[in-house]
Amino acid sequence: MEPVVSIQGLRKRYGHVDAVAGIDLEVQRGEIFAFLGPNGAGKTTTVEILEGFRTRSEGEVNVLGVDPAKGDAAWRNRVGAVLQESNAEPGLTVRESLQLYSGYYVEPRAIDETIALVGLEEKADTIGTKLSGGQRRRLDVALALIGDPELIFLDEPTTGFDPSARRTAWHVIDGLRELGKTVFLTTHYMDEAEQLADRIAIIAGGRIVAEGTPETLGGRNRMAATIRFTLPEGTGAADLPPELRALLAGEDGRVTLTTDTPLVHVHALTGWAIDRGIDLPDLDVRQPTLEEVYLELTRSEP
Amino acid sequence: MILLWLWRRWRRHRADAAEPDAAPTAFRPTPIREGPSAAARGPLALVVHQARYDLLGVLRNGQSRFFTLILPILFLVIFCSVFGNGKVHHVRLSTTYVPGISALAVIASSFVNLVISITAQRETGVLKRRRATPISAWILIAARTLTALGTSLVVVAVLLAVGRVAYGVKLPTSTIPGVALTAVVGSVTFCVLAYALTTAISNEDAAQPMVQAIMLPLYFISGVFIATSVLPGWLHHVAEVFPVEHLADGLHHAFSPGAHGSGIVWSDIGVLGIWLAIGLAVALRRFSWLPKTASG
Repeated sequence: MEPVVSIQGLRKRYGHVDAVAGIDLEVQRGEIFAFLGPNGAGKTTTVEILEGFRTRSEGEVNVLGVDPAKGDAAWRNRVGAVLQESNAEPGLTVRESLQLYSGYYVEPRAIDETIALVGLEEKADTIGTKLSGGQRRRLDVALALIGDPELIFLDEPTTGFDPSARRTAWHVIDGLRELGKTVFLTTHYMDEAEQLADRIAIIAGGRIVAEGTPETLGGRNRMAATIRFTLPEGTGAADLPPELRALLAGEDGRVTLTTDTPLVHVHALTGWAIDRGIDLPDLDVRQPTLEEVYLELTRSEP
Repeated sequence: MILLWLWRRWRRHRADAAEPDAAPTAFRPTPIREGPSAAARGPLALVVHQARYDLLGVLRNGQSRFFTLILPILFLVIFCSVFGNGKVHHVRLSTTYVPGISALAVIASSFVNLVISITAQRETGVLKRRRATPISAWILIAARTLTALGTSLVVVAVLLAVGRVAYGVKLPTSTIPGVALTAVVGSVTFCVLAYALTTAISNEDAAQPMVQAIMLPLYFISGVFIATSVLPGWLHHVAEVFPVEHLADGLHHAFSPGAHGSGIVWSDIGVLGIWLAIGLAVALRRFSWLPKTASG
């Protein structure tokens, strides 16, 4: 099937600086795709090119089979956009704002159903500008949904939210999956990408530095696991059997071992500890977190 | 200064009434019709659809209500109270106040209010979000112009009614076409000029002072507050370059008891038309839907 979004060699130059320095991407139908990167990495520039708000310097861009720079009303009927910053319609209630926007589309969704989808039933008759930040963002999502688009862009949907408002927003975005929408999300929060996305691309300095599912991103599934524990008073890392001492990565109160075969080495460790009658109450074995992968990837960029 | 003082009084009065979060029960639109959407019913239906909600936005904004609907009527009352309503050459003074203040009302609705609201909507991303939908630019502009035209004409009609009932203003009869045509052309011209001026304003805080700085001097030299006959000739010539004088002059002429025929002053309409063309050229070339202070 043809991808919903496809980008080849996209470049955007401002003066002598490449804000986007040649990226390739594909987003498939029904996918929730997260474009993850620090501020100023080129996320919004890319999304605004895909939305048709900005021109590009080089490369091929195709959104729903159309070059966004030439997107007409028929194309905009199929695309919804939640912009990074946009106030509510001045003076209009939630329901009125949706009535206004539903008039823009040839076949809009039902208004009350859309309000329920973003959980604003109790605020339907409240003036949009008087909503809280989180509620206003959900109104933005409702406005982007009212035309029943195939593809929705969400540009940093939860920036500046408190944790509970973020949870609610995530719940709403997750609900788009059930509607079969394709979602292109930008964010600078690792946990947001990990929570929502089927696939993640990390952008830093205008380049894509890693791409994959939350589980495999940056070779995370193949990266060495760490085993950490604290030894009791009077016992040191030097007392460990030689095969474990060889894995020693650090000892600062807690001992850290890194290994590609955690099962074997945990077995060796626990056998050794039981023989000596030592307990290891804070024993912890884990894969690197997405955050560690992300920080590593975005730090290595110049 | 007077404006600011009045505005603050009004604000305080409003604050006492403690605005609730919910929409005021006044100005509720009639429930939307079931059936095809406005877009499905064609561009004209879409203009009317957009204009209805634009009007709602204007009416629900306290500042817009005060400056566009209430202030012109206050001015008429103040003028008649301060300068009296005596007769000069068998014409009541109020008969000369009404056309001047009508010009002010048209400009308040079509220019002042528009520049401020469009700049704010552009800078807060409201216009950008609308542009991300299938609606055409010309429909948004036509609808906003229609809203301004509608409020202009209503305020002019209210000024006429108040003038007639309270101050015995002699209403034009045969010159009604002159009043109507001048008001309509003036309103459309100032709407287009508003779109043109927003291209020179970088943020919403600058909109209000910018508009007042342009309009206050023009009101004084263009026959809005003071008859142009008392101005030195050179100053009147300066005023004649700008559209305010021609809007006010066209209305004054249509109201004057000496007017004959339809009351249309074609030279005034012509100059307004030239300004309309200039405004249109600037707006088409420079108008932007995106915030000027955008980040990212």
